[in-house]
Amino acid sequence: MMFELSLAEARDALRARKISSRELTTAYVGAIEQLNPEINAYITPTPDQALAQANAADTALASGDQGALTGIPLAIKDLFCTKGVRTTAGSKILGPFIPPYESTVTSNLLRDGAVFLGKANLDEFAMGSSNMTSAYGAVTNPWTRRGDNRPLVPGGSSGGSAAAVAARMALGATATDTGGSIRQPAAFCGIVGIKPTYGRCSRWGVVAFASSLDQAGPVARTVEDCAILLGSMSGFDPKDSTSANQPVPDFAAACKRGVKGLRIGVPREYRMDGMAPEIEALWQQGLAWLKDAGAEIVDVSLPHTKYGLATYYIVAPAEASSNLARYDGVRFGARSDGHDLTELYENTRADGFGAEVKRRIMIGTYVLSAGYYDAYYLRAQKVRALILKDFTDVFRDVDALLTPATPTAAFGQGEKMDDPVTMYLNDVFTVPVNMAGLPGLALPTGLDASGLPLGLQVIGRPFDEETVFAVSAALERAAGFSAVPTLRAGA
Amino acid sequence: MSLDPAAIRRIARLARIRVDDAQVAQMQGELNGILGWIDQLNEVDVTGVEPLTGGALMAMRMRDDVVTDGAQAEAVLSNAPDRDGPFYAVPKVVE
Repeated sequence: MMFELSLAEARDALRARKISSRELTTAYVGAIEQLNPEINAYITPTPDQALAQANAADTALASGDQGALTGIPLAIKDLFCTKGVRTTAGSKILGPFIPPYESTVTSNLLRDGAVFLGKANLDEFAMGSSNMTSAYGAVTNPWTRRGDNRPLVPGGSSGGSAAAVAARMALGATATDTGGSIRQPAAFCGIVGIKPTYGRCSRWGVVAFASSLDQAGPVARTVEDCAILLGSMSGFDPKDSTSANQPVPDFAAACKRGVKGLRIGVPREYRMDGMAPEIEALWQQGLAWLKDAGAEIVDVSLPHTKYGLATYYIVAPAEASSNLARYDGVRFGARSDGHDLTELYENTRADGFGAEVKRRIMIGTYVLSAGYYDAYYLRAQKVRALILKDFTDVFRDVDALLTPATPTAAFGQGEKMDDPVTMYLNDVFTVPVNMAGLPGLALPTGLDASGLPLGLQVIGRPFDEETVFAVSAALERAAGFSAVPTLRAGA
Repeated sequence: MSLDPAAIRRIARLARIRVDDAQVAQMQGELNGILGWIDQLNEVDVTGVEPLTGGALMAMRMRDDVVTDGAQAEAVLSNAPDRDGPFYAVPKVVE
């Protein structure tokens, strides 16, 4: 029974004293003990901390002194620094790192009374779309194809967060999204995830990948649950120079607004050659649901869509090569010795970084190097400006866009590993949203022929997450998605 | 443009990542594959387009030039792989 409650329902049951946080947290700690050996969603479970926080939450609830999330057990992507709890970013190079500070986003969640179950697995430094690049082992998607038990990827980079929520090993989780790392794993695991507008959530204390694209957001099992979590995670932070000084609206209230009179754009460039017919059918069904609910459907054009991925694979590695220069084996993290300082750096970074991270650092170093900067990096920044202009133009005419979240359902562990570019194509529908800094939400609305979840993406104007939540909640009500994964607690 | 093994070694040196011969050969193939794919951006007419540097159309915020935090040497050094009193320790760099 405990695992059937959504986050909102659990919050109400806690406030009504029908359940205690101790009971709820104990159930989730048990689910992690039962399922983590198979799913590997957590790198570092923290059951003792969770139960202590649950006891404190019960005391607060008894005295009526509760916050928005008092007593709610969450998973924290292991990219958010947590004071006194090891934070690895999925990398060997941060294996020994214990932050002496707490990230702003996790501080906000703690302020509101949340319980932290542990640190969730991810692709190394959030670089990946499969969670296969983690130095702490792959994550297994809780879903399997009908009649086929071969393990599938949960997507990435927030694969541990998404798998934990889907398998009922957490009520919700923090995640981050640089090119699709919230929305793609949410779609692969049949849950909801929102990347808010760039600047909505503070990046302070989040291990940096590509700073002009990185944005934190929640994953959860319902649209409303994501709205509740985002409300807590958001807010102006003077410690992040790109944090937006914007009021945080009542996102959960926006879920009830409906879509009557809204204009929903359908970008024709998202209809890719060779796209699976079931993705096209899912998309058409979503549009029909919105039309039935009173929205107007409008064809629009985002002409530079096809250049989004190539632009991303210049901008993101360039910023990563700069951000990851700090891992030198001197001030924190793992060290490999050398005869002199240069050898120490080179050995530390050769031993500490995995293949995908090295590949991106190398690309980034090259596109920023003397003689190539204009041809690659500067050109990419100009194409990025054109991608933003495409969105700015269409948002004069429509209130939100509806697209597929991913080109396919979850794929098998070990597939798409031979050619980096094949893996990168997973993010074709999500990357342009990061390039333009817009909010984007992925939610499950159907299953493919083999029984795996498929998701749609709702894209909104900057700082208009409320419309994104309104449209997404309307889709959720119409879809009535109730399928559950093979591996889950309480099954 | 295509990267040769010498270019791969030069980039690895700039990035301070040790590479052996087998890795140079593998990286050469992978990086040239990625760069070849990226070359599609040359089709785009970017004449007169101002580059977009940040994540959104926002001006960088200024703050007062004051000390907001500090005097936490132990916390700062708590993750050092090697230390000597209040200093980070590294191999000898001056003979």
